[in-house]
Amino acid sequence: MTNQHRVHLLHFGTIALLALLFFVLPAYHVGNLARIMVLATYAIGYNFLFGYTGLLSLGHALFFTAGMYGLGLAMTQFGLPSAPALIIGLIAACLVSAVIGFLALRTSGVAFMIVTLMFAQAGYLTILYFGTYTRGDEGFVIQQAKRVMFGIDLSSEVSRYFAALILFSICFLTVARIVQSPFGKTLIAIRENEERARMLGYDTGAHKLKAIIISGTISGFAGAAYALLFGYAGATFATVQYSIFPLLWVLLGGAGTTVGPLIGVIFMFYLIDLSSSITSAYMLIAGVALVLLAMFAPQGLAGTLRKRWFKWMP
Amino acid sequence: MGKINTSKFTRRGVLKSIGAGAGVVGASAVAPGLTGFAQAQSSAPIRLGFQVHRTGIGAAYGRWYDRTTQAAVKRINDMGGINGRPVEIITEDDGTDPKRGAEVVEKFATLYNCDIAFGTLFSHVVYGSAPRAGELKLPYFVVSEGHHVASGKLNRYTLQPGITDVKSQVQAMAPFVSDNLGKKITMIYPDFAFGHDHRDFFTAAIEAQGGTVVESIAIPPTETSFTKYFPRIPRETEVIYHVMVGPAVLTFVKELGEFFGPNRPEIFGFIDSLEAVDINSPGLEFLENTYFWEGHPRNAQADQTSYDKVYRAAVGVDDNGASLDDPKDFSTYSHMFGCWETLNIIKAGMEAADYQGPADRTKLIEAVEAMSDMPHSDDHPQGAKRFNGKTHQTFGHQYISKVSNGKLVVEHTTSIEDGLYEDEVDYTTQSF
Amino acid sequence: MEFGPHLMLASLEGAVTAAILALTAMGLSIVFGVMRVVNIAHGEFFMLGAVIAWWVASLLGGHPAIGFVLALVLAPLIVGTLAAVADRFILQRINYDPDRTIVATIGLLYIIQQTTLMTFGPEARPVQPPFNTRLALPWFEYGENGFAMIWPWGLSITSYKLFVIVAAITIITGLWLFLTRSKAGLLMRATQQDSETAQAFGVPVQRVYSWVFGLGAGLAAIGAVLVVPIQQAHYLMGQDPLLLSFIVVIIGGLGSLPGTIIAAILIGMSDGIISVFFSPTLAKIIATLVVAMVLVFRPQGLLGKSEG
Repeated sequence: MTNQHRVHLLHFGTIALLALLFFVLPAYHVGNLARIMVLATYAIGYNFLFGYTGLLSLGHALFFTAGMYGLGLAMTQFGLPSAPALIIGLIAACLVSAVIGFLALRTSGVAFMIVTLMFAQAGYLTILYFGTYTRGDEGFVIQQAKRVMFGIDLSSEVSRYFAALILFSICFLTVARIVQSPFGKTLIAIRENEERARMLGYDTGAHKLKAIIISGTISGFAGAAYALLFGYAGATFATVQYSIFPLLWVLLGGAGTTVGPLIGVIFMFYLIDLSSSITSAYMLIAGVALVLLAMFAPQGLAGTLRKRWFKWMP
Repeated sequence: MGKINTSKFTRRGVLKSIGAGAGVVGASAVAPGLTGFAQAQSSAPIRLGFQVHRTGIGAAYGRWYDRTTQAAVKRINDMGGINGRPVEIITEDDGTDPKRGAEVVEKFATLYNCDIAFGTLFSHVVYGSAPRAGELKLPYFVVSEGHHVASGKLNRYTLQPGITDVKSQVQAMAPFVSDNLGKKITMIYPDFAFGHDHRDFFTAAIEAQGGTVVESIAIPPTETSFTKYFPRIPRETEVIYHVMVGPAVLTFVKELGEFFGPNRPEIFGFIDSLEAVDINSPGLEFLENTYFWEGHPRNAQADQTSYDKVYRAAVGVDDNGASLDDPKDFSTYSHMFGCWETLNIIKAGMEAADYQGPADRTKLIEAVEAMSDMPHSDDHPQGAKRFNGKTHQTFGHQYISKVSNGKLVVEHTTSIEDGLYEDEVDYTTQSF
Repeated sequence: MEFGPHLMLASLEGAVTAAILALTAMGLSIVFGVMRVVNIAHGEFFMLGAVIAWWVASLLGGHPAIGFVLALVLAPLIVGTLAAVADRFILQRINYDPDRTIVATIGLLYIIQQTTLMTFGPEARPVQPPFNTRLALPWFEYGENGFAMIWPWGLSITSYKLFVIVAAITIITGLWLFLTRSKAGLLMRATQQDSETAQAFGVPVQRVYSWVFGLGAGLAAIGAVLVVPIQQAHYLMGQDPLLLSFIVVIIGGLGSLPGTIIAAILIGMSDGIISVFFSPTLAKIIATLVVAMVLVFRPQGLLGKSEG
């Protein structure tokens, strides 16, 4: 079996496994997994920029909420059906990431991190400022009756799960594909040594901008999907915590690996969920787990697997 | 409201239609919450999922919601439980986060097989969680004082029978403010939806009384210093109406005092700002002789009712509104009674519906919808209530207290009628 | 209020904000400048300083000044030791790898927050300032009778706020002297400029890092003790100082202490002055964007050297 085959097996196997889990897992975990797949999509978007291009952003919550509010406001304020609203969400995320990318890419390293953080903070305040339409921190509900796409009720358990799976699969496979393409290889080259990539004749600025737009649009796709599948949009998702989460998920799962984001989200979700069933001091458990993980799994879970056993992992 | 019927398109249905998955069907028998709780054995406890703000910005409230809930459940169990069955509380922290809130509601419905969920305070968590409660057909009793339920934005499974909403509270304040304090009002509130509700409802209500709001100052929630905004207060202001939330509120009050120095206008605030805070904290001297809305008088009043006595003792609160164990640990007295009263309403509803198990959830909601007047009693120590089954919202009395020698002394009690407003929704017309 | 006095009040408040920013950011400036690690838990060290100040003040009783002075000594010592221990047992073991440091310090943040929640509790708790007198301020106006001094309504500041400004200047001067004049400061700066060469010249880089980490956390704690009589101690109070400190340090230029101070003044003053012209939230949005654009057009920060 060539490495190429292994990679395909891993990717399609992951998707098949997720599909199968729907039929095997208890209802509670099926619900969790639907949510995990949406959040993993967000993490995939983040990983594309951080893991493959080497840009650490602390402003991705802005892209996530651009998609979320693009779809949510289109549906609640303008009464659009879900399909065109989803497209508006994607366009909003695409535009916001293009503008932020254009400005923020004048900086690099920690300055990039801070600029994205500040733009996201301004975005959060903007949502509050236009509270008449967004209802600020409280957010708004998208009524169950409207959450229908192509005649399918997305609020039912089965369609929610498979909608999340489709969303996840599209973004998962797209990113897996891109990072194998010449464009993706160039991004990795930029991550490893931007100076060298530039000297080899690559327009690194344009590459990085494209990477931000792709990353931001995927994140926005996840945000729009969250609003659509779970019926809620709110400014909490624009706070800095929701920019730090994807960073944490990706680092836990393994930055620059295709399956890392999913693994990271699953790990973090169940770490909180299981420990909070045991004790009210679950943050303590989560904190200790993170410290230990940082010490003993240096490349994240998938990254460590790759280093030790599966060198072929993408 | 045309809701889409989801019943024919469930996991179970899908499972059956996939022949190849025969082995899988067997495995699924261990799980689905859809099959529901086995028909109630007579002694099996009734399980109430308690969504509590244990961490995050709501933690100070959550702690007292928890204490009140434990006390109320103990009382219910001591009196023989509900329909002869003991009540079990399943507590889960939502981190005061709407995303986690929705997850917790799912956990109650599908993992713990709770009969109902209840207890949420912060509005954004209610908004985040309510859609899931509706989809999972889990009755969701919130104790939030938000206008979300009565505004019609939620669903038939979400009710707020134990605490009045902000629209009613604010509206009931206007006559007192305009008659006793002044007609020209400056409002200072957080730039949150909750603050906007205060602005919109109070502006309308005070105008109906012949007063005006001369300035509204929305403070960004990330702010930690306030003095720079106070010059926006017009000189002609007769009353400052403030409602702030979050840990910066002490700074706010202190800086307001420092700004005005010796000559201040009348000041009227919502106690939300100072829940879980000792009114005698250093820096709050400025609040002496100012007025507060209180949901439930924190200091035991001269005419304290026997109901308040019973309730106060059961929860473990002293006459100053602090914990019996720690006189520095102040309660969230104006809100937490909602947990106590809501639990008693759930009990009454379950008894009226002869509730046996999750199959009777809709009967429970119909039973609560059928409720109306609730007398001032041990079950309702805050005061009499009038529940509106159509809007799923309760209405009650409000208290206006003046700070005198570091104590909150009730000056005025509003009537239930003061807080009534026209229905904005009729949930009973929605299908389950 | 008239425009003139309003602007003056907002500028004064801006100066107080700037002083607080400088106090909170200088600890991070040193850690970030020397070690180049993103310490997400830095805000929690700040929070611990405030919480310790409350403990000391409430245990001691008596005149608030006694507790305040004692807290100024104890808080940085306790927090600094704690941070040095965390450095020794966690950060050194992961070799200050940037990614792993982020995960580990998020873990640390959870641990510190939860522990504080379980011991100190969820309430906001005030600490009494050692002194706090309201000082009404005059304004000069050109009227019919020439220049006249008036006392506009509301134009005032408190003695404690003035003290915070003075304290910020004093501490930063002290820090500056320490870094430039003392041997320890020299070692730190050598490590900052080139840790490998420093090591080759016999600088105990590992130990310097522990000291720097402890010093940075201790400075955050001092800042917190000074700030807590204005803003209360609360277990979630660490987030804002963390973000603001990062912003101040980067805008100022990585590793430049004067840059940090200039950035603190720029951000604090613009926050105050912009609030005169726009409604509060809009002013915050504009102030945030203005500061972000500074970095967009000067990516190395105000006093930073360009990278490369």
